[in-house]
Amino acid sequence: MTKQLPLDTYFMQGNQACAEAAITAGCKFFAGYPITPATEIAEHLAKRLPQTGGIAIQMEDELAALSAVIGASWAGAKAMTATSGPGFSLMQENIGYAFMTETPCVIVNIQRAGPSTGQATKCAQGDVMQARWGTHGDYTPIVLSPNSVQEMYNLTIRAFNLAETYRTPVILLADEIIAHMREKITIPPSNKIKIINRKKPKKTDKTFFNTEEIPPMPSVGDGFNVSVTGSTHNEQGHRYTADPIVHRQLVERLVNKINKNANQIINHEDHNIENCEIIIISYGCTSRAVHETIELAKKRGINAGSIRLKTLWPFPEKTIQTLAKNAKMILVPEMNLRQIFYEVERTVHGTVPVLPINKIGGGEMITPEELLTEITRSVNNIE
Amino acid sequence: MMPKRVEVRISGLGGQGVVLAGEILGRAAVYDGKYAVQTQSYGAEARGSTAKSEVIISDKKIGFPKVRKCDILVTMSQNALNKHLDDLKENGILLVDRDKVKEVPKVKAKVFGIPATRIAETELTSRIYANAIMLGALTKITGIVSEEAVKKAIIDSVSKETKETNLEGFGKGLGLAE
Repeated sequence: MTKQLPLDTYFMQGNQACAEAAITAGCKFFAGYPITPATEIAEHLAKRLPQTGGIAIQMEDELAALSAVIGASWAGAKAMTATSGPGFSLMQENIGYAFMTETPCVIVNIQRAGPSTGQATKCAQGDVMQARWGTHGDYTPIVLSPNSVQEMYNLTIRAFNLAETYRTPVILLADEIIAHMREKITIPPSNKIKIINRKKPKKTDKTFFNTEEIPPMPSVGDGFNVSVTGSTHNEQGHRYTADPIVHRQLVERLVNKINKNANQIINHEDHNIENCEIIIISYGCTSRAVHETIELAKKRGINAGSIRLKTLWPFPEKTIQTLAKNAKMILVPEMNLRQIFYEVERTVHGTVPVLPINKIGGGEMITPEELLTEITRSVNNIE
Repeated sequence: MMPKRVEVRISGLGGQGVVLAGEILGRAAVYDGKYAVQTQSYGAEARGSTAKSEVIISDKKIGFPKVRKCDILVTMSQNALNKHLDDLKENGILLVDRDKVKEVPKVKAKVFGIPATRIAETELTSRIYANAIMLGALTKITGIVSEEAVKKAIIDSVSKETKETNLEGFGKGLGLAE
């Protein structure tokens, strides 16, 4: 039985890399509903999971898919689903349920052009705010943003590790271009890959929900007496909706367990950032245009640098505040009509002008030439 | 001599296997020890809508993954040719399936007409192998990938049932370009 792909270099599709990484991370359960441009993940796992002792099922819709994933996680399995915008919308209720019940799981959203069924086969980055605020109530999700096939692999493993560490749902927010792209990828040897498993309770433990920042998680069949509910609950998990203090402590702890550990979660890649006058903040497929843009700008005597966000949420406020201190201008290119732009603007708080660069429709990327035009124009405006 | 970075666009209709041809080309380049990125664009329909597959091959890591101006354009339908011809670089290479592309406008490029669909239908049982023939011609004419690497890439990319016929098609394409 092949447990994992052998160490080698492959020419692989992003979705396939995501599926292989899930297996390496220890995923034993996948439930999903087919949707372009995420279907290859389900297809690949339907073939590979049974080979590695796991289960892949097609559910009747996306609501059921995430329900099954949450159930599998409580049965002790690392579990994942994969979808795109329309399915991600249907999953929002259960994302809140997973957050409230502290259920580790991975939700992959391969973004396509919306709203609604939009342009099913075309790339977009329009679900950034939905990933942040899509379910109701107060919560803080962890959202990762890959920009290559290699990162589809690496960040899928990281998504499982973060889910297990913080006992929370983690969203891998990719896009059609990265997911359907094929490129060179190296699979590291398994002893070089760090895999984290959830903390399990001691036999004598009786409380599983509010005792510490990240409580240990029992599984069905472990012999504990556990109640799991999306309603406000006490330490045993019992529904407890009348008490303002219980609700306050529970939800504040759930939010704080992410926010207080933001430094461990946040990850970004900087390029030519020391003393540059223009900073480009980008993520996902859009970031693939940035290095070439910086080279082109240099030829015009413009010193530009880049911060690429590998974690979208929690938002790297401190990083941006520190790195942007000396910049004259920040540019935020996105394949949506302004989402991360507003976060950057809020973060720098008027100290640096922030310029949005936006393009939607047909999956057309923002090219290095288009970025260069905007940079040149903005430099002329500064001077 | 081909430049160190080559941008290829393969275009046609959904069902002609242009995405698969791009995948095989990119995989072959990686087997040759180069960097390669393949992206694709197609409609929501499985067959009949326009489809394109783009491959960038380079000695260096590839940033922007989409083709803006192509060094090599392969087209397997008249619509695809009309749509993409403007993106071909001056003195670039144009390969057309001459059974599907009847009119090639005057263009400053090296143009090659390959009877891919006819040969696939008459000699290889089905027109679905036209992409393998085009790939053979492309390999021979441009030399951007090695024949051995493409053969290995075909074996690693197609189903067991179609492997032999695809290899045969690739061989016929190599021969046509001589």
